[in-house]
Amino acid sequence: MTTDLSARISPEIPGASASTTTAGRGKRPRPPFGVSAISLLAVLIALFSLIPLGYVAYMTAATGWDTAVALIFRPRVGELLLNTVMLVVFTVPICLVLGVGGAWLVERTRLRGHRWWAVALAAPLAIPAFVNSYAWVTAVPSLEGIWSGVLIATLSYFPLVYIPAAATLGRLDPAIEQSAASLGLGPWAIFFRVVLPQLRIAMTGGALLVSLHLLAEYGAFAMIRFDTFTTAIMTQFQSTFNGTAGNMLASVLVFFCLILLLAEVRSRGNARYARIGSGAQAKPTRLPLHHYQIPSQLALLALTVLAFGLPIFFVLRWVLAGGARVWSADEFLPALLQTLAYGTAGAAATIVVGFPMAYLAVRHPSWFSKMLELSNYVTSSLPGIVVGLAFVTVSIRMVPGVYQTSGVLIAAYVLLFLPRALVNIRSGLAQAPKELDEAAQSLGKAPLVSFLKVTLRLTAPAAAGGAALVFLAIVNELTATLLLSPNGTHTLATEFWSKSSEIDYSGAAPYALLMILLSAPMTYLLFQQSKKVAGQ
Amino acid sequence: MKIRANALTAIALAATAALSLAACGNGTASSAATDTATSTKVAGEITVYNAQHDTLTKEWVDAFTKQTGVKVTVRQGSDTELSNQIVQEGAASPADVFLTENSPAMAQVENAGLFADIDKATVDQVPAEYRPSTNKWTGIAARSTVLVYDKTKISDDKLPKSMLDLAKPEWKGRWAASPSGADFQAIVAALLEQKGEAATTEWLKGMKDNFKAYKGNSTAMKAVNAGEVDAALIYHYYYYGDQAKTGENSNKVTPYFFKSQDPGAFLSVSGGGVLKSSKNSAAAQAFIKFITGKQGQEVLKNGTSYEYAIASNVDSNAKLVPIKDLQAPAVDPAKLNSAKVTDLMTKAGLL
Repeated sequence: MTTDLSARISPEIPGASASTTTAGRGKRPRPPFGVSAISLLAVLIALFSLIPLGYVAYMTAATGWDTAVALIFRPRVGELLLNTVMLVVFTVPICLVLGVGGAWLVERTRLRGHRWWAVALAAPLAIPAFVNSYAWVTAVPSLEGIWSGVLIATLSYFPLVYIPAAATLGRLDPAIEQSAASLGLGPWAIFFRVVLPQLRIAMTGGALLVSLHLLAEYGAFAMIRFDTFTTAIMTQFQSTFNGTAGNMLASVLVFFCLILLLAEVRSRGNARYARIGSGAQAKPTRLPLHHYQIPSQLALLALTVLAFGLPIFFVLRWVLAGGARVWSADEFLPALLQTLAYGTAGAAATIVVGFPMAYLAVRHPSWFSKMLELSNYVTSSLPGIVVGLAFVTVSIRMVPGVYQTSGVLIAAYVLLFLPRALVNIRSGLAQAPKELDEAAQSLGKAPLVSFLKVTLRLTAPAAAGGAALVFLAIVNELTATLLLSPNGTHTLATEFWSKSSEIDYSGAAPYALLMILLSAPMTYLLFQQSKKVAGQ
Repeated sequence: MKIRANALTAIALAATAALSLAACGNGTASSAATDTATSTKVAGEITVYNAQHDTLTKEWVDAFTKQTGVKVTVRQGSDTELSNQIVQEGAASPADVFLTENSPAMAQVENAGLFADIDKATVDQVPAEYRPSTNKWTGIAARSTVLVYDKTKISDDKLPKSMLDLAKPEWKGRWAASPSGADFQAIVAALLEQKGEAATTEWLKGMKDNFKAYKGNSTAMKAVNAGEVDAALIYHYYYYGDQAKTGENSNKVTPYFFKSQDPGAFLSVSGGGVLKSSKNSAAAQAFIKFITGKQGQEVLKNGTSYEYAIASNVDSNAKLVPIKDLQAPAVDPAKLNSAKVTDLMTKAGLL
């Protein structure tokens, strides 16, 4: 089936790439074998990445119509649906306002200390949402329900809008705004009619990311007793391991994710935002803030204190309260080592797996490579709990040999976080001119050697950036790890979770602190990377 | 550039090294110490699927490993999560031993025919009322149902006579429980066994209307302490454990035992069993024998778990209400049905 598919598809590739405008195709000395091998690999990866989706579809079908209907159309699902929809409906707009507002102040006004604020607003991303929730529950023990959910989700996820918005605002061509001003528009009108439309991609992309995180989050909401589909699936899993009710909830959740993806594609639109024409772009102008200076400073201060200062403060307070007792090395060191091991192995595997796809997308773009990417994009938008459930079932029933091995967990990480690596490898590949590769070959190097010595080396920095992002995601991953980890596994996230659910808050604190410390440099890297990507 | 490419290789190498490090991290098998409690020599390693509290099992495991040199790998989960997992894994299960907090999950694995018989020497250590008649597994500890409440909000004469009263309208919005936990599901299983399906469904419906859901018994108790609810239906030792530490989560609560063989006086037996598919059943049996033996039960008496000791004539922790004063209803632990319970609770909208 797979070979058949790739054999049918790979001949399309040269034709497809001919239709694109990239020049120099005629002299390309690459033998077709290399391309089709890479295509085959990419197809295999794509098929593999469709396992979770296939699993949910299969389970829904296998459950039988009547049972499925009974389990899906019941009051409890209504409650969860209401909770989940309200969470998205309230949190996403608030994140958009905070993210875009913050980005605009930092990038386009004469805000004092804007360089400092630019980093401070990205910093909350270094704090895992469930650690944030733990700190807030300490500060306000009565937190529960939808509004607490909105509060914690907003403070944890607004940087997902802020970072791309700031990157885009930083490189907007001021010429358009100047033309608008010369046509008589005031600053507010310019912001809403000229600036905001150009942020559309950053905003829809950020909103999608926030929504997907909202659907996937477990720990943060479980701690404040707010039930969403993901927390309810986890509850079902803990009550029945792999029961039908949990699987049906998962199918509703998957449906939800697909709707969001479609909505994002539709609202992104087809308009062109890139600058046309030659010449250097002027630096964006900065508006004076005058008497808005102090309120702006205070607003940003409040936001960063709530999103970053408060969690850090309470984590440190618990660490101090726990004293030396909580740092017992025989529990702590294995968790740290295993987290580092899974993080590095998962990041390395993701880069390796991402390479063929990125290569096809950049060097041989076609509908085929788009389909491959899309299939993975869909999977990575599924919550960790769905991927975890799928892998538990598939491995236990079809490949019992790999069941409960670290390989399965790493494979799940790869599927969940592949796009983070892909984006980076792609930009790296795009910056490595293939003419250099071709030159090396015309000087007598074998294609493989020239690829390794030229392209791979030029792409390495971008790949390392991608690896760092995946590493960050793995360190903070909870649900898939809880479901799939091999016997005896303790990661920082699972240890933190087990301690904090026994309300041993001081015992949990060191794990929280370490997760933040590991995340901080990666968050900074992500912030830097976003500027580069937007600037190219 | 060169450094980056090398860095990637280094990452891959580090990953491999770290993985193997992690794999043998806890493999420092202490030399086989002098063997006092276990009569047969055992060796090798076993995997324990553990739904008991992390810390309690760790105390057992450390003492057992110290005594026998058997390396024990623990997989942590909840009762029914792990029992269902064992059933799905079937003969291929990596588990040698299964420990739970309650009985229903044990009954489930027993009904699937996956348990080996418990060694006679172990059976002899455990009184008949704390193990199933089949001896396919055994009780290892016990825990009592209790209502912890806020004295300032409920006067003694307003306390419910029976757990079933909590479904009545006057309790609306006033009590907490942790329906996702195996503890609570065991209480429901006992109710089902005592009063039948219709009464249980009725009670669960009333519960759904009245109660507030928390994740975990300690969190429910903490809610009473913080004044968020008036009472919580939990197990006794969360209260005693917290009192023994700082009392931070329990200083404002009082435990109330229903007694009189009420469904709310249910004494839940924690189970331990050896799987038929165990690749090291000698060591697995030795482990169960160890935790039901004198040394294992003394961990319950002297340790920080505050669960009831039930075997080898070891007394429970002196701080607890003595087990014979609890007036628990007689329930055969082998008859508790977890699948039916989660089904009923799902239907009632609690899961």
